[in-house]
Amino acid sequence: MKYYDHDHDVDMAWCPGCGNFKLIDAVKKALEELEIAREDLVMVSGIGQAAKTPHYINCSFFDGLHGRSLPAATAIKATNPGLTVVVESGDGCSYGEGGNHFIHAIRRNPDITVIVHDNMVYGLTKGQASPMSRRGFMTPVQVTGVYMEPFNPLAVAISLNAAFVARADCGDEEKTKEIIMAAVRHRGFSLVDVFQPCVSFNKINTYKWYKDNSYYLDETHDPGNRDAAMKKALEAGPFPIGVLYAHDTNKTFEQNLAAYGADSLPLYRRKPDMPELIKLIESKR
Amino acid sequence: MNEKAIEYRHDISIVISGEAGQGIQTLEELTATAAKSKGYHVFTYSEVMSRIRGGNNSTEIRISSKRVDAYVRRIDLFIPLNERATDRFRDRITENTSIIGDRGHVDCSFTESGCSTLYVSRQEIIDEAGNIRYFNSAVFGFLCGLMEINETEAGRILSGRLKSKDESNLKKNAVALAIGYRWRRDPSVGGRIALTLAPSESAKTAPRFYGSEAVGIGALAGGCNFLSSYPMSPSTEVLTFMAAQAARFGVVVEQAEDEICAINMAIGSWYAGGRAMVTTSGGGFALMCEGVSLAGMSETPLVVHVGQRPGPATGLPTRTEQGDLNLVLHAGHGEFPRAIFAPGTREDAVELTCRAFSLADRYQVPVFILTDQFLLDSSALAPDLDTGRLSAESHIISTEMGYARYAFTESGVSPRGIPGHGEGIVCSASDEHDEGGYITEDFGLRVRMMDKRMKKEEHLVRVAEAPRLYGPEEYRVLVVCWGSTVTAIREAREKLKIMDLSVLHFRQVYPLHPETAGILSQADHRILVENNATGQFGRLLTLHTGITFQDTVLKYDGMPFSVEEVADSLSRILNRKHSGGEKK
Repeated sequence: MKYYDHDHDVDMAWCPGCGNFKLIDAVKKALEELEIAREDLVMVSGIGQAAKTPHYINCSFFDGLHGRSLPAATAIKATNPGLTVVVESGDGCSYGEGGNHFIHAIRRNPDITVIVHDNMVYGLTKGQASPMSRRGFMTPVQVTGVYMEPFNPLAVAISLNAAFVARADCGDEEKTKEIIMAAVRHRGFSLVDVFQPCVSFNKINTYKWYKDNSYYLDETHDPGNRDAAMKKALEAGPFPIGVLYAHDTNKTFEQNLAAYGADSLPLYRRKPDMPELIKLIESKR
Repeated sequence: MNEKAIEYRHDISIVISGEAGQGIQTLEELTATAAKSKGYHVFTYSEVMSRIRGGNNSTEIRISSKRVDAYVRRIDLFIPLNERATDRFRDRITENTSIIGDRGHVDCSFTESGCSTLYVSRQEIIDEAGNIRYFNSAVFGFLCGLMEINETEAGRILSGRLKSKDESNLKKNAVALAIGYRWRRDPSVGGRIALTLAPSESAKTAPRFYGSEAVGIGALAGGCNFLSSYPMSPSTEVLTFMAAQAARFGVVVEQAEDEICAINMAIGSWYAGGRAMVTTSGGGFALMCEGVSLAGMSETPLVVHVGQRPGPATGLPTRTEQGDLNLVLHAGHGEFPRAIFAPGTREDAVELTCRAFSLADRYQVPVFILTDQFLLDSSALAPDLDTGRLSAESHIISTEMGYARYAFTESGVSPRGIPGHGEGIVCSASDEHDEGGYITEDFGLRVRMMDKRMKKEEHLVRVAEAPRLYGPEEYRVLVVCWGSTVTAIREAREKLKIMDLSVLHFRQVYPLHPETAGILSQADHRILVENNATGQFGRLLTLHTGITFQDTVLKYDGMPFSVEEVADSLSRILNRKHSGGEKK
């Protein structure tokens, strides 16, 4: 049994062959190899099939509302900066319902890792378009095909100067694990968009499609070069896989908070300062 | 024109009116500070238009020899700061009002209403201080003179408040202040008014704050260390207050991108061991409703401050109303327990906001502080504030291996662990879950989990705040109110002097105290007073007790109840009954 496996039976809600199985293995291996103690880890998710991932990992988790994982994760990290916070949710949850939080969480730059299961479709609601669906993708709702420009999370993240921006393909478990490890290690907001086929509702973007339509970045790509990263992020066929952008220049959200200016204790270890509060009330007398 | 001096022996109501950006707020602060330093009780209420410059804003300042915290319609002294300042006050200026202002600012038609017009000259300010913007300092000097505060003391208060400590600026303000004192001594102006209030030591030593500060102080006392919010009048002042105190008290304060983020941040913080609050108003709170439901399901404590303003939609952004009780009462899909406090005074706001944190933590439920623009933006002394009663209970446990976040217990309350504190793991889910926090679709377990969560309501009822009675224990007429309307109603009761009339004030509107039905049924005649159009709280009381109200007094024009308005309404109702009107 592996460190992050449950010691009880788990009834996993995923379809046979789902990309989530490969991704969860990569995540568990990455966390294990990083030697993160179980009690120091919190996984945060929203709603959807991907968002069930934390339930299948033996660790603390906060599985909140659809689209709202980032506000919760940001606050958890700010409340106890000693915790390692990893967010996992789908492309609908992260980029659709939670689109506004995605933008502003990047701007805030909490030291968290965000893994997005990108299958270009809504699975749990049975096959509607996601913000990542390609043009022309037919669904029971988009009956004449998707006509909207697909969302580009990597370009958006780079434009907002996110600390770490990467793409992985869960078909390659080993490489995915390595990218996730680099993301968790990196200080600041780390985004890993993971190609993850939905075998039930997306017959177009399959394991094979993702493999045929992507390539790994090689050592000629400099992740410290924002312009080069942006150029790579705009490539949409084939899609580059790997670390597009990584830099370590901005202060994290937690580091910017006045609450940690004079005191590094997590919030739960603090008591209200009544003498100081009495002084404040006295100043109103 | 009446040349006799007008004497104010108990209480004076001063209204200063001008446009946004003219420094009315500063003048209000200065005057209140000066009155308190003299040993007078003081109350201020400013009303502003939803704009940054221009328009017409005003402040009412009541200075009194005894506790004062209600809004009055009466204006004893009216001070216009520009030519349009009198426009909106035509119906409040009477023969008992004295207007002090420049000839260009006082509409001459007012002299016909019989009010006393005491003219001063703004030209004096321009000539001697060099700029009309020092006019407010002269008004302040005049008011200090009226309160018999010596000029040195007034100068000290004024310079303490000035942003620019530049020598020439201080000097010009001092010149203007002296002009104000001159107006006071002028027999045709200030000489015609006498303020002979009795000062008291208790007023000198009582703290004075705005309702918004009281909410903030209460939060800090309750151990609040995380505040995430999106600005929205009238709740923003709480956000501002907490931001100013963030470094001093170690509070994480974050302006969220929207209210949905704000509430999900607050819930995340509580999950990780923080004590979080959001501050918002009706429209913003409407966006938070799914989050409230998440707090209910995940049994995460949560404190939400909702400062009401008139809706629907954007409504009257800078005005007051009690229109959001139903919203807060029913916010969030599904069924789960909650508690709602409704402070009436600054003391209440401190005490109940503080208590909200302990209550939320103890029973792992959302707790609401429901205030309104009137309470938040008015200031008064809080002589009854007992800081000894403020405390912050914490109910976090250190987890052991095998810890289950939602373990079944007799009380329905599971010991609450947080991640990173102990050997266990803490799993929290918005889906229905088992004891460990893992998703379940087991129907039997669903029922047991619902029963466990709903059982907490019994505790909330048991510890509910009892309503407060003002007036005789034996009453025939009972005036029922909640939240901020209590101050005007209390003062109206004192004014009316009706022997068998009492006022019942609910500081907690949900769940209701178990004795509520008994207290209500003791009265022959129940009158409901609410600052809304439909009597939301009255309906809630009827729903829970089966007891109805014979009369209702409702107000929803965006302004708070004045003492006179309440007194007039009650007199009208009671006179009708006494003169043979049939009882329903």
